[in-house]
Amino acid sequence: MATIIAEQDAGGTTQGSRLSGGTQHDGAPEAVVVRFAGDSGDGMQLTGGQFTLSTALAGNDLATFPDFPAEIRAPQGTLFGVSAFQINFGSSEITTAGDAPDVLVAMNPAALKTNVQALKPGGLVVIDTGEFNKRNLEKAKYETNPVEDGSLAKWDVLAFDISALTLEAVKPFGLGNKEALRCKNMWTLGLALWMFDRDRKPLVDWLNGKFAKNPVLAEANIAALNAGHAYGETAELSGPLRKLHIDPVPSEPGLYRTITGAEAVSLGLVAGAQLAELPMFFGGYPITPASAILHNLVKMKEFGVTTFQAEDEIAAICAAIGASYAGQLGVTSSSGPGIALKGEAMGLAIMTELPLVIVNSQRGGPSTGLPTKTEQSDLYQAVYGRNGDAALPVIAACSPADAFECAIEACRLATQYMTPVMLLTDGYIGNASEPWKVPDPATFAPFPKSFLEETNNPGGKVLPFKRDEKGVRPWIKPGTPGLMHRIGGIEKAIDTGNIDYAPDVHQAQTDARKDKVDGIANDIPAQDVCLGNPSGKLVVVGWGSTFGPIHQAVRRARRQGFDVSHVHVRHIWPLPANLGELLGSYEHVLVPEMNTGQFKTVLRDQYLIDARPLNKVSGQPFAIGEIEDAIASFFDGVPGHVEGEVAVNEQQLPSPEAHND
Amino acid sequence: MNDMTPITTTLKDWETDQEVRWCPGCGDYAILKAVQRTLPMVGADPKNTVFVSGIGCSSRFPYYVESYGFHTIHGRAPAFATGIKLANPDLDVWLVTGDGDGMSIGGNHTMHILRRNLDCQIMLFNNEIYGLTKGQYSPTSRVGTSSPTSPIGSVDRPALPCAFALGAGARFVARGYDVSKDLPEVLIAAHKHKGAAFIEIFQNCIVYNKDRFDDFTQKAVAADNQIMLKHGEPLLFSKGTKGLSLDLETLSLKVVDVVDGDWQAAGVALHNVRNRGLAHMLVELPFGPFPMALGVIYDDPAPTFESAVVAERASLIAGKTADLGKLLAKGQTWTVEPEASHGLMD
Repeated sequence: MATIIAEQDAGGTTQGSRLSGGTQHDGAPEAVVVRFAGDSGDGMQLTGGQFTLSTALAGNDLATFPDFPAEIRAPQGTLFGVSAFQINFGSSEITTAGDAPDVLVAMNPAALKTNVQALKPGGLVVIDTGEFNKRNLEKAKYETNPVEDGSLAKWDVLAFDISALTLEAVKPFGLGNKEALRCKNMWTLGLALWMFDRDRKPLVDWLNGKFAKNPVLAEANIAALNAGHAYGETAELSGPLRKLHIDPVPSEPGLYRTITGAEAVSLGLVAGAQLAELPMFFGGYPITPASAILHNLVKMKEFGVTTFQAEDEIAAICAAIGASYAGQLGVTSSSGPGIALKGEAMGLAIMTELPLVIVNSQRGGPSTGLPTKTEQSDLYQAVYGRNGDAALPVIAACSPADAFECAIEACRLATQYMTPVMLLTDGYIGNASEPWKVPDPATFAPFPKSFLEETNNPGGKVLPFKRDEKGVRPWIKPGTPGLMHRIGGIEKAIDTGNIDYAPDVHQAQTDARKDKVDGIANDIPAQDVCLGNPSGKLVVVGWGSTFGPIHQAVRRARRQGFDVSHVHVRHIWPLPANLGELLGSYEHVLVPEMNTGQFKTVLRDQYLIDARPLNKVSGQPFAIGEIEDAIASFFDGVPGHVEGEVAVNEQQLPSPEAHND
Repeated sequence: MNDMTPITTTLKDWETDQEVRWCPGCGDYAILKAVQRTLPMVGADPKNTVFVSGIGCSSRFPYYVESYGFHTIHGRAPAFATGIKLANPDLDVWLVTGDGDGMSIGGNHTMHILRRNLDCQIMLFNNEIYGLTKGQYSPTSRVGTSSPTSPIGSVDRPALPCAFALGAGARFVARGYDVSKDLPEVLIAAHKHKGAAFIEIFQNCIVYNKDRFDDFTQKAVAADNQIMLKHGEPLLFSKGTKGLSLDLETLSLKVVDVVDGDWQAAGVALHNVRNRGLAHMLVELPFGPFPMALGVIYDDPAPTFESAVVAERASLIAGKTADLGKLLAKGQTWTVEPEASHGLMD
């Protein structure tokens, strides 16, 4: 999703297909959903990523959904070892990865088994018959070969021996059999590029760069890519295989690139530290899906970034707080289980009032849960999950591109209010990519942070906890002459910060810490309505990565004449000052979330409104249709799904078939 | 330690206006005084000095030293210190921890700060008991220690902090005790050492583990039961009448008698602070058959963590400029022209 455009682009559904969607002037679909599925060693994520890039370069809007197993190399050919990558692209604005695919590329029987049920009736399935041998069919629990037994009748099937064709194509380069077969994904990509009229040049450039040290591999991969492309162009195939051209989406002029959420967070943190005019210290510990941020920042050290791979999650945040104490912007990042470990240290940062940014790339929980799947179930943990009255601001990004702005906002609040701030993303936002209009840094508003250099108590000792009108204490770096002082996690006296746990002192300091965070509500944008009206019958309230499906569902419902609006909340804590009044102006409030109703509970608690839940915790994002059904239930005479729990969706990634049985 | 120009201070300059809240008679008072006596001797500058502590009796220490101080959370002081030192390598960082804080809940961090060799002084106050939580046995308590959680005596075997430190890769290991007149000398050596300097300080918990170290700290027995190590000098104790010699058959230390001061004839070994093998033997000596080894056991500097991080960063950023606009536009980009609807390759 590039930008949020309200009603004006009503030209068709962005989720459309040959069957259900709108069409372009030339009869080609307005948007197409393609899913690449193969063994986790087949390079499907890479294939998907490169197809994404060429799609973006062709000027289409797009959204992607990578889905991969938790195992690094699950046993070959198994159902649970299938890795898939879905991309939805088209000639109008795209905000979701699409529900059901129009095209499925299945590199082996397991990939077919786990994904074909999702394919729209009449959709195209491309199959590598070279992998449909007895052993692989058994591993995928097929009793007969689906390519031959007629079970794929409701789809267009294009089956040929991609493995053999690839081996043939790379023969001149003298690779071993295993290495040669690794080029299969490039062959497939070549075919896909032909199908959708995509330029191969960026891929060729990329391969030359990637294999700069091994030109033979570069040439072999390029040969495979070209062979796949040529196959589409020259094969004596009529029927299902036909070339489709998707027009570019009209977008705002400017420079564009694709960006994943993890990249956006990294860039946003760097930009935020620069805007605060501070060096940044990033303490991290490897965890899926948050590690990508550490990987990225390691390469950005020229921006005053120090990275530290700590011995554990606790040390990562503690080192970041230590760096903040010493005058840098401390940042740490993790996912649910790691965030749980960091809880005590967050309390110390709240107590000592030091700036800190904590990025939580949420994943399915509790405990280890679903490491590679998405969920929004850390909202309670973010807002409430610490001992004591320990409020901190919480911001939630709604898309990969939005994560950039959110990271800057987190840096702003952390430094201006001397507080830890939690930024919520999730595995979907982190891994998915979308086109991003590259912003001009000159347009960012700087928020330089200064340190106390001279005593704030002439004639006496420095007062490290003397608050300003916003309740914010000064930041004092060790090394500053004359301002020596001690801070710590024990309750402290007003102004001096000396240990003091007298009843009135604890009451006053607890209130002061709470008031400071509450006051941030006056320093963040008022909540807007991103689609629809400021009052009416129904408002669908979302937060985080559910933006796409909610937005599309509300748009479709409005086209049908329903009085429904979409409000998407970025500032989860404190909530925008006008949110209660805004939500109160609708008759009904529906809150779709990938958890069991956490934000719904917060809204009920804060505003005493009858917020209704729509919940999904299958590790799959919402399908547009699921939210449409829930919306319809609020309007008379329209049968549909009521609010509550959404069933597992057979058409979505991760595939329900992929379970380990 | 750091490379700042030494400045002149007195013990008084290092005292805060805060009331010291340890139990009367606690060994911590003596350690605090020893540190406050040491700081002027090493030319420390209050504005560049940071005391970092975890949680426990010992960890109240920073409040009583007139410098910068951070009283953090249980066991994690090494991690905070790492962030502080990486953010500003010029700071002179002292860690204060205890046997529960540093060896139990924070054992992991103690290991990693030592193996990384962050330049700092780590003072582990070992009183072999949890004091602040009212007397439970600790990871250094001897087997049989009676406590509220071990009414008929603790059954788990204790850890040896100095052996742990060496095992973790420490390049400086020393021992002292609270009321020892030699403690400042040990602290000066620790401060002089560039890298992580680990000092185990036996400390008398007057309330929950009283007089636990009397066997070697009391005047009457000190000469016979402690050996004060000096680099380059023979390993002698009992007023020079006994020494430690290497038993070549067992490759271990043994106690030998020294007649008429002729330690060479008795085969007494010389202490060498750069001999890691000897250090391992000294920290493992069972007390009783052997005296308690005190002083600087091992001191062999290696490159520090923060200097390695600074150097790594310098090499990563060499020739790069921090241009945010360029960074944001990195990778493969395309331009959408105002008029055209087609994207173009950049």
